[in-house]
Amino acid sequence: MQVKDALDKYGRSPDKLIGAMLAYQNSTPCNYLTEDDIREFAKETGLPESRVHSVASFYSLLSTKPRGKYIVQVCYDVPCYVNDSLNLVKELERMLKAKMGETTEDGLFTLEYSSCLGCCDKAPAMQIGENLYGSLTKEKLSDILTEYRRKRHE
Amino acid sequence: MSELIYRLLTKNFNQIDPGSIDDYVTRGGYLSLKKALKMKDMEIIDEIKASGLKGRGGAAFPTGLKMEAVKMAEGSPKYIICNADEGEPGNFKDRYLMENDPHQVIEGMVICAIATGIRFGYIFIRGEYVKSQKIMETALEQARGKGFLGENILNTGFNFDIDIYTGAGSYVCGEEFALLVTIEGKSGRATYKPPFPTTMGLYDKPTQINNVETFCTIPHIIELGGTGFGKIGTASSKGTKLVCLSGNVKRPGLYEVPFGTTVRQVIYDLGGGVPNNRTIKMVQLGGASGPILPDEMLDVAIDFDEMRKNDLTFGSGAIIVMDERIDVLDILKRIVQFFHHESCGKCTPCREGLTQLLILIDRFIEGTASMQDLSLMNILMDTMTNSSICGLGQAAPTAVRKALEYFPEEFTSRISNHVAAAM
Ligand SMILES: Cc1cc2nc3c(=O)[nH]c(=O)nc-3n(C[C@H](O)[C@H](O)[C@H](O)COP(=O)(O)O)c2cc1C
Ligand code: SF4
Ligand code: FES
Repeated sequence: MQVKDALDKYGRSPDKLIGAMLAYQNSTPCNYLTEDDIREFAKETGLPESRVHSVASFYSLLSTKPRGKYIVQVCYDVPCYVNDSLNLVKELERMLKAKMGETTEDGLFTLEYSSCLGCCDKAPAMQIGENLYGSLTKEKLSDILTEYRRKRHE
Repeated sequence: MSELIYRLLTKNFNQIDPGSIDDYVTRGGYLSLKKALKMKDMEIIDEIKASGLKGRGGAAFPTGLKMEAVKMAEGSPKYIICNADEGEPGNFKDRYLMENDPHQVIEGMVICAIATGIRFGYIFIRGEYVKSQKIMETALEQARGKGFLGENILNTGFNFDIDIYTGAGSYVCGEEFALLVTIEGKSGRATYKPPFPTTMGLYDKPTQINNVETFCTIPHIIELGGTGFGKIGTASSKGTKLVCLSGNVKRPGLYEVPFGTTVRQVIYDLGGGVPNNRTIKMVQLGGASGPILPDEMLDVAIDFDEMRKNDLTFGSGAIIVMDERIDVLDILKRIVQFFHHESCGKCTPCREGLTQLLILIDRFIEGTASMQDLSLMNILMDTMTNSSICGLGQAAPTAVRKALEYFPEEFTSRISNHVAAAM
């Protein structure tokens, strides 16, 4: 997908900017917006570059740094925390051989913290891309990661 | 004792396929819309005023008054916005409402549009809620197909349509002004009030913003009538409340209870209490911006007046249970970190205040705090509450302040002896 395509699909008015940026970003292999992308969004929408940049850096779902194909977002907040989310993070770091905030060597996963995912009744919870996972255990984690590793080739 | 569970907004949960408008209609869906189309606009607003409905997004503002204000305000076009940016830690009710019964949200919004004469609305759904977005998208399409939404609704000549707007990961965007500027395609930072959105909202036009649960209540008010609806609940708090129970509890989940139910009833009678025979150390009400209570306070009722009398708030409806193993200061640190991360950085009391509050909490955790730090913390929190621009900075210290009130020994016991002796 090109920046132009995203804007053709979403529209060029300011209220469509964030949606178009998200869609474009998520279609790039490294899940982020480059300086060139931002300049292009500004040019295409006629908005000042500074404004597009401020949007790109403000929202946590938008990134200006390269990331993995799948973003593993682990919930950071209290209901998950009191249900052992710290151990979940440790387990993920071990399985992925990457620390929180890092991308795996094969570029497949980036491990991030997220604010509450609205899945507190099934704590601890995490989200990968569009999929929400709750009541996580070691076994469940391993199955989920295997599934994504398999899917990469599709 | 009356029944603890009262199925009004959740009556269709697990009974219908959320992807089927026919299922919704079979169970009486869109009948309230048909009824509203035959009513005069002020009649609808009068019913909502008579029902005593107060907003479920946290601030508990009377919904009927808000609608009337928008209706009377100068300017056009006007907008209706459904706030589905749910991001308060511990809350998941709006996600459940959208994913289990999406047409209830739409029906509520269309009824409001009829009453206020508004032609266009947005549902602002947080970016992380991808499933909710898809389900709502399908439901909107179906509602248009059946003539409940769009041009010439049910051949009455009334037009109203709804667009979905998705957020991109920012808690403060749930605050109404931050939400409005986000829809306008800017970074979501709050602004001073007044003016309020009812007079100067989206694109500076009068705008009705309500929470998902608030909109979902509207069809039931039209069905039962304002006074009929007002029979559920208590004198100050009408209807039912969706409660999000989480933390160290046997049966976490979403429960719909009539107002007047106590917090303890929810935790023990519905949630089954704490696992492994542990005791409760503390409970946080409302979410990260809500108060922290000790076990002795749990008999407080879920009721706006009673909460206020006890200097408490229930926010949008979370009850987070923490058992005896949990450390108060450790939790406070996590809560303050949440706000520190989510602060938009526009105003100093919130941006700098949260940084300083974290430093102070760390001193208590490390055992290096002094008596002076305690008073410094109080002054800092007062400043944040009194002078932050928006509700985020104003409410951010709530948990710490309440913990100081109910668990003072957790702080004083960690004041460094060395420093205390020197004073
Ligand atoms: C930081 C902050 C976050 C908020 N987040 C939400 C939210 O996610 N959903 C919501 O309905 N209201 C939220 N609110 C409250 C809204 O500003 C507003 O009061 C509410 O949407 C009005 O709807 P109601 O009258 O139906 O309660 C938030 C307020 C603040 C200060
Ligand atoms: S209180 Fe915090 S979130 Fe609100 S405007 Fe000020 S800095 Fe931004
Ligand atoms: S606190 Fe983890 S999903 Fe809500």
